[in-house]
Amino acid sequence: MSLTNQVKNQHLMWRAGFGPAVEQLGDLSKFTPKQFYTGLLKASSKKPEYIDVADDYLKGLVMGIEEAGRQQKKELSADEKKLRQQKSREGVRNLNIYWMHEMVNSASQLREKAAFFWHGHFACRNLNVFYQQGLLDILRRNALGNFGTMLKEVSKSAAMLNFLNNQQNRKDHPNENFAREVMELFTLGRGNYTEHDVKEAARAFTGWSADVKGDYVFRRFQHDFGTKTILGKSGDFDGEEVLDILLEQKQTAKYITQKLYKFFVNEKIDKDKLDWLADRFYKSGYEIGKLLEDIFTSEWFYDEKNVGANIKSPVELIVGIQRMLPMKLENDEALMLLQRVLGQLLFYPPNVAGWPGGKAWIDSSSLMMRMRIPKLINDIDEMNVNAKADDDTMMGMKDGEDQAKGNKKPGGKQAAGAYAGMRRQVINADVDWKQYVKKFESVIREKLGEEISKTLLQVKSGVSMDLIKQFSDETGRENFIRTATLQIMSMPEYQLC
Amino acid sequence: MYIKRKKFIQIGSLATASLLVPKFLKAFESKSMVIPGNKVVVILQLSGGNDGLNTVIPFRNDLYYKARPRLGITKDKALRLTDEVGLNPALTGFRDLFDDGGLAILNNVGYPNPDRSHFRSMDIWHTASESNEYLTNGWMGRYLDSQCKGCDKPTQAIEIDDVLSLALKGENIKGIAVKDPRRLYGTANEKFFREILKNHQDEAGEQPVDYLYKTMAETLSSADYIFQQSKMHPTNAVYPTTGLGNSLKTIASLIFSEINTKVYYVSLGSFDTHINQEAQQGRLFTEMNDAVKAFVKDLKAQHRFEDVMLFTFSEFGRRVQQNASNGTDHGTANNMFLVSGGLKQKGVLNAMPDLGDLNEGDLKYNVDFKNVYATILNKWLKADDIAILGKKYDCLGFV
Repeated sequence: MSLTNQVKNQHLMWRAGFGPAVEQLGDLSKFTPKQFYTGLLKASSKKPEYIDVADDYLKGLVMGIEEAGRQQKKELSADEKKLRQQKSREGVRNLNIYWMHEMVNSASQLREKAAFFWHGHFACRNLNVFYQQGLLDILRRNALGNFGTMLKEVSKSAAMLNFLNNQQNRKDHPNENFAREVMELFTLGRGNYTEHDVKEAARAFTGWSADVKGDYVFRRFQHDFGTKTILGKSGDFDGEEVLDILLEQKQTAKYITQKLYKFFVNEKIDKDKLDWLADRFYKSGYEIGKLLEDIFTSEWFYDEKNVGANIKSPVELIVGIQRMLPMKLENDEALMLLQRVLGQLLFYPPNVAGWPGGKAWIDSSSLMMRMRIPKLINDIDEMNVNAKADDDTMMGMKDGEDQAKGNKKPGGKQAAGAYAGMRRQVINADVDWKQYVKKFESVIREKLGEEISKTLLQVKSGVSMDLIKQFSDETGRENFIRTATLQIMSMPEYQLC
Repeated sequence: MYIKRKKFIQIGSLATASLLVPKFLKAFESKSMVIPGNKVVVILQLSGGNDGLNTVIPFRNDLYYKARPRLGITKDKALRLTDEVGLNPALTGFRDLFDDGGLAILNNVGYPNPDRSHFRSMDIWHTASESNEYLTNGWMGRYLDSQCKGCDKPTQAIEIDDVLSLALKGENIKGIAVKDPRRLYGTANEKFFREILKNHQDEAGEQPVDYLYKTMAETLSSADYIFQQSKMHPTNAVYPTTGLGNSLKTIASLIFSEINTKVYYVSLGSFDTHINQEAQQGRLFTEMNDAVKAFVKDLKAQHRFEDVMLFTFSEFGRRVQQNASNGTDHGTANNMFLVSGGLKQKGVLNAMPDLGDLNEGDLKYNVDFKNVYATILNKWLKADDIAILGKKYDCLGFV
């Protein structure tokens, strides 16, 4: 039996975006997926605005260093350094919240979703907010553009050069980290190059550096102008030529397409489809937009086996809930804590290989936490969890030390077993239910539960509607819609898209 | 007496959980008995990069005091272990352990091409990877994969925390994070969760949704199991009311029960002492010292000290030279404490760091931490260390 347009469009919205938004609910069954995709594409066609969250203090500091740099080298005092680090850390946090807000509210769903994919592909940890802003801008601008162009821009970004130690890559003192990761993680994948290729490529990248503002600088005196041999080709290559050699390899198209397929289509790969896609991606000269169009306009993308087949990443889950249930959050910190507890904090990938994804998202505690979120939104209950400390971000501070002292706890319920000093965290969300409830006004009461379930879940659930009803508030239409929605969102099935 | 209690658990757990748990987990409910003498590992992670040189102090070494004019711990303050080795003054309990033969110190532990990022270096320790290799599962997770194939016992490894560490995540089997058995039990007993679990029929399915339900079922039944076990023999000993004190108390109660847990994991931090190191490290060491002291005393009283191996590690040590803020910056090799009544080698196991032979201001490692892992896996846990670590690392002699 073929799926309805509604299910197909929901599938499209979950994969080519962060899930259907409440405003779209009426439209999901009105259009074909092709029409829906055309709409998505159009909404993403505009060049994205540069996201700038760095505060004036930091900007002044950078300008000051630049000014002074022209006359003499200026060193920051220890206090200035500390303040700069702190401000920069706050900046990265604000960047996180800002971008997540875009994911929830932007019409450019396809672009933000693709940028989110590249954010995991070109994974980079860097505490410098200017560097991170610059890198994010590269990813968002090129998200649907040309992979080669993006690869070159990323490779010249201060964030990546710095993260992968290319500042220390100098003629006669090579640091191979950057060259290795470019091959292993950004283009070819492990096993498709030799150690010798890495060594030679590292020589070509010598002298690639960035200034304090984060602009690319070529330091000619550190560059090795000699002859290098990479993947069978010899010449006095520079870094850009090495990237071209990597792009000439069809393996790069295969590697990228496979990663993209797992993310957008299915963790389980269909080899024929993959080969077809990779072939066309390569022939197009690495046009990402075309590749995505090949995927989202194909019949097989909407096959039943691909629908609801992937486990939502924490960001997809958190953003997806907010798209369906528009809410005002009293405290952004809750979004940060959820990301950390569930294991995906934007701008802090575990390492340069990015988040492993799939089943790796799920363990006993992360699953229970995921299933508790809807209740936490509704009850203003305490989250009662502490995320792991991340010393790269906290510089030795105790978790929450620099945050507002304990949110006010409504109701005065005593959490069992809470240890002294545990940070109190509540989501404190003001959900705009009106809009959501209105979308179901034409549905007869008997069909309500089923309709909500169809809207929220991408897999058929073995859980009976009677059970959902039993745990929902049946005292009125609106109450029922609200409570049934929250119950369904706390089911394992809701973790899939 | 013992048999009676065993029977009771069997009946108890069947009565509380069996009605609610899908068939594929039933086996797990009845197979959970462990013989006394069960060897367990307690991993104590010192997060943030503990300064090893101010933990185990070379109080005869002029180079040490030269590098640390203000931070160096003076000879009269260090707790003297040997003619040249002392301990941080806060670690009195560790000195007592040293005197009783319950402590071993391993110096210069690290790995080739060390990484100075907290996260990355911790990753390397958790996954037991090389520094240019990215693994997505942890060494103790792979222990679960190799030991528990088909037996579905997520309680074989327990982390006392809200969030599970990568170290305990295997490819197929993951440990369980429990900060407080009672609280987990409360969450898991959310009636809605129990009910939808009963509703899910496809037990052996291969779909992601089946994986989610399987994880959920394991969590719910583990929550029951851990909670029941934790109540069975709760320790009466006095522990400090600190985070680590509470955690080790929970661990002790579980060790004294009949639970099948082989690995316990707990963290303390942050040891990232870039500024005013002395106060912060001192505070954390006091917490560690008092908690471990109470733990060991408790284990000894219950005659279980020889069955427990507690070891400490940190993602890296710190620079030899102190910095300008009375702290230290990220470094490389570090020392590890091994605490057990079953140590074959005791005391200071190898030479102190050579402060005259540094690599750009950092200590050179000469013991790969993967050799320590291999020793614990192979000799202590009797596991297949080669399968778990991916290659053969020679075992050390402390077990």
